[in-house]
Amino acid sequence: MSNIPDELSYTKEHEWVAGLDESVNVTVGITAYAAEALGDVVYVQLPEAGTTVQAGDSVGEVESTKSVSEIYAPLGGEVVEVNQAVVDDPSLVNNDPYGEGWMFRVRVEGDPEDLLSAEEYKALTSGES
Amino acid sequence: MSRPTPLRDVHESLGATLTDFAGWLMPLRYGSESAEHNAVRKAAGLFDLSHMGEIFVTGPQAAEALDYALVGHLSAVAVGRARYTMIVNERGGVLDDLIVYRLGEEEFMVVANASNYELVARELTGRAEAYDAVVDDRSEQYALIAVQGPRAQEILATLTDADLAGLKYYAGLPGLVDGRQALIARTGYTGEDGFELFVAAEDAVPLWHALTAAGESAGLIPAGLSSRDTLRLEAGMPLYGNELNADLTPFDAGLGRVVKFDKPGDFVGRAALEAVKDVPPRRRLAGLVARGRRVPRHGYPVTKDGAVVGEVTSGAPSQTLGKPIAMAYVDAGAGEGLTVDIRGSHEPVDVVELPFYRRNK
Repeated sequence: MSNIPDELSYTKEHEWVAGLDESVNVTVGITAYAAEALGDVVYVQLPEAGTTVQAGDSVGEVESTKSVSEIYAPLGGEVVEVNQAVVDDPSLVNNDPYGEGWMFRVRVEGDPEDLLSAEEYKALTSGES
Repeated sequence: MSRPTPLRDVHESLGATLTDFAGWLMPLRYGSESAEHNAVRKAAGLFDLSHMGEIFVTGPQAAEALDYALVGHLSAVAVGRARYTMIVNERGGVLDDLIVYRLGEEEFMVVANASNYELVARELTGRAEAYDAVVDDRSEQYALIAVQGPRAQEILATLTDADLAGLKYYAGLPGLVDGRQALIARTGYTGEDGFELFVAAEDAVPLWHALTAAGESAGLIPAGLSSRDTLRLEAGMPLYGNELNADLTPFDAGLGRVVKFDKPGDFVGRAALEAVKDVPPRRRLAGLVARGRRVPRHGYPVTKDGAVVGEVTSGAPSQTLGKPIAMAYVDAGAGEGLTVDIRGSHEPVDVVELPFYRRNK
């Protein structure tokens, strides 16, 4: 069973969102479940800081030995920071998906919607595995 | 439902990520596929290949039947040796690539790919009809476990008295491994030295455990299909369904050397292959090394100045080169300056000779 921290919000596409309650800037990454499914991540492409994104936009990609998957913006706003460390060392996605493996930060505009609670995400992934 | 191999419970207990492959439930990886890849290059890896097909051809005319059924000259193979060969259709299209072991004067074992072995067994049965030979698909009765890597011989030597040092590449001999009857073959699909052990299905689990214990101190770890694929790609070895298919002849695939026109008698596909053997193929199989970090994958178009000049057949990040690598069929005259269309962006690649990796012997 993958680690699914209670305090985060999630998307059906396996992104996590941190800081939704405390701040206008939220942090986005991909879940441990997604990282395990991908296998060893070898390449991460992230949006550029300053880009304005809409919820559901494809903003980057995560590539492993066997597959590639897109990263979707979980909510709309301006990308204010990207994690260059994860670009330089993609294994951070596997080793610390909720910590050092974070991907980018977004200044949220408007009300986020359609995010899943940890409980809902657990239900989703237990159905898939 | 995918068919499990005799080692399914072992894979599950090791926490393997299982995947459907050619109708079989197979371990994709146990932990990190990169670690498994590197273990095979530097120490040893243990593979379950029980999904492969084992088809026996026996009888006084077994050799002649195989000479007719396959493109190789099997009657010229010495007892105890093996050959890489192919079975083609009347048009010369490749139905499968095979390794054939000559176990006796009148006994051969044909090892076929999991996705094709039922077809191969059927074709061999039909093609052998006019000969005094029996074709028997024993795939269900056999398990296949491979130990691959530079330390494979020293690991296996702790479990067998067989003369491993005297066993040549592409040779096989019967012997006892951990007290169990096995065909010990010095073959593999990783570009490393190594052995493939064909054993009775019921011996697979105890043999796996014995090999695991014997190899632990040498760095042997179980390795899944994901690392098997990156290893064989680095070694430039074709995969049926990627580099080989029924629309391509062995010459199209750059493997025309396996077709033995000088063997006695006719063989299935001879006329079609003779007609094309001196015709330069329109496309050739090329090695590509990406300059960037995005991976050219199976099916992606190879382009030059915006025009499609080929297609990627296999691609993966290479542990050994530290860059993405790919094999692709590319127009013979395409030259340099190629790009691969990676999901809409044209990424530059360099054309290199295959294989990407060759071990030091």
